[in-house]
Amino acid sequence: MKKIILALATSAAVLGFAAAASAQDKTKICFIYVGSKTDGGYSEAHDHGRQALEKALGDKIETAYLENVPEGPDAERAVERMARSGCALVFTTSFGFMDATIKVAQKFPDVKFEHATGFKSAENVGTYNARFYEGRYIQGVIAAKMSKKGVAGYIASFPIPEVVMGINAFMLGAQSVNPDFKVKIVWANTWADPGKEADAAKALADQGVDILTQHTDSTAPMQVAAERGIHAFGQASDMISAGPNTQLTSIVDTWGNYYIKRTQAVLDGTWKSENVWDGLKDGILTMAPYTNMPDDVKKAAEETEAKIRSGEIHPFTGPVKKQDGSDWLADGQVSDDGTLLGMNFYVAGVDDKLPQ
Amino acid sequence: MGIIEAILLTVITAATPLVLASMGELVAERTGVLNLGVEGMMVMGAALAFAATQVTGSPYIGILAGIVGGALFSLLFGFLTLTLVTNQVATGLALTILGLGISGQIGEPYLGVSGIKLQPIAIPLLADIPFLGPLLFRQDLIFYLSIGLVVGVNWFLFKTRAGLKIRAIGDNHGSAHALGIHVIRTRYLAVMFGGACAGLAGAQLSLVYTPQWVENMSAGRGWIALALVVFASWRPWRLLAGGYLFGAVSISQLHAQALGLGIPSQFLSALPYIATIVVLILISHNRRMTLVNTPACLGKPFVPDR
Repeated sequence: MKKIILALATSAAVLGFAAAASAQDKTKICFIYVGSKTDGGYSEAHDHGRQALEKALGDKIETAYLENVPEGPDAERAVERMARSGCALVFTTSFGFMDATIKVAQKFPDVKFEHATGFKSAENVGTYNARFYEGRYIQGVIAAKMSKKGVAGYIASFPIPEVVMGINAFMLGAQSVNPDFKVKIVWANTWADPGKEADAAKALADQGVDILTQHTDSTAPMQVAAERGIHAFGQASDMISAGPNTQLTSIVDTWGNYYIKRTQAVLDGTWKSENVWDGLKDGILTMAPYTNMPDDVKKAAEETEAKIRSGEIHPFTGPVKKQDGSDWLADGQVSDDGTLLGMNFYVAGVDDKLPQ
Repeated sequence: MGIIEAILLTVITAATPLVLASMGELVAERTGVLNLGVEGMMVMGAALAFAATQVTGSPYIGILAGIVGGALFSLLFGFLTLTLVTNQVATGLALTILGLGISGQIGEPYLGVSGIKLQPIAIPLLADIPFLGPLLFRQDLIFYLSIGLVVGVNWFLFKTRAGLKIRAIGDNHGSAHALGIHVIRTRYLAVMFGGACAGLAGAQLSLVYTPQWVENMSAGRGWIALALVVFASWRPWRLLAGGYLFGAVSISQLHAQALGLGIPSQFLSALPYIATIVVLILISHNRRMTLVNTPACLGKPFVPDR
């Protein structure tokens, strides 16, 4: 047994040296994924970003990644392994890697870290996130124009600020077209369980919604929508193949542009820790083609997108009341980012009771 | 189609994989083998069924692949626990973990691919009965198999000589062996039957429930199937009822949410499990019934003396 451990340790050391040696030629950029790089959703979107980075700067950098890294204590070992192997910049791409990233970063002050969707930073740890709610606002506009019944179904995962923010943005978008628009919300309490997502979609369709939105990962709701002949929005990636005649559009995570920008900063020596929250205009998210809708709806969607890009529209602009009728934003007032990132209330017009 | 009918249709789809997988496990446990690898065999069945359907274009070959794959995979469990006499609980857990890993590899090329849905078969005349027709007689092959399985297993276990032998092995493998019954051979067959049923349940997931492949798509249904066997006190008809009760509760909680009844969603999500616990308590209250039905040799290793 001892021999085996020794052999393992030696080979690990050799591997470490090998990685360090090659790292001297090219700058090494590393990624840590919570899921498999082909999960068809969140982690795959990050891996597409890594591939885009290799394509753009492949002559100066090389990339490495670890996939299926569980959040929690194991994450720390994974981050440390990356830092030790000579990475110049490590992207830790899931919320649950936050504490591990901060901890390892203290041990490796010369390595730079970027943590996705978190809120803790340090001298050598920056954070980055995408304003997905901008896309959800556009979806709300489309839903209100497309729905004959004035009701959309919303399959939500967990009542965290990111998801609540999405629901509110969707509603505000819809209300900008039809002030009486309604949304039926089902909390699946899972990110990825195709069966449960499909059941939720069926329940919503049976109760008469004619547009489906999802904040869960699989294409199951899209398939159900296609079967029932109603419309739906995709999630995280373009899901058009699951519903060629069903998908209206989809919010697509396109991290690549951001990864290229930050890697370039490391190469130029201008990198410094920042808390970045980019939106449509920065290309960190894009909208899949607007399909299966009449031209006037498509035009309205494109106009909304253009206005968000130019800054003419901020989805969270007053007057907006909270669900309980109290005032939140005064006329013309724009919400600050802190409120959005900690959002734990619905806007007026949402009938659901927010699980606390 | 009325809303009641629509809800019942969804319930049937949700309950079928549970009934299938737990029916296989019921037979295995009746011979005294506790196989905790149901989740792993199920997800293997789902991956193999999806892959075979994509390669051949026929979901029926996919079903076959799910059944055969599940049975072969369970053979590994059989070899370890029956021939090498390893601990059944540990081996079963290992089988689940292994199944989740291997199925991920098998399914990798098919991630994000839209699947082929198994089409329903309408049974002539019966399909035209109002209300019941569309519910029960315009279903897919796997649903018919699941009902046939309940009837068949019940008859086999309690009305045939072979069934009596199976129950004898489960209750006292030493005596059964002394009477000249092939304990190990019967257990091998029962384990493989369990694997085949779990594989078929997996095929239902990736061909009927949601025609697609997603890693870990069984999402805990194998564990629910295991609980259902105890829930049903090892009786096929109770198992059918339990599977549908579980399906009904989990679907109606989604409807309750969509209706906006204002009940916390976490509570509603927990309802099916609360229902399971309540029934388990009620069952275990009746000690005689529990003792009569529980296979006495469940989980115990058997080494024939020579």
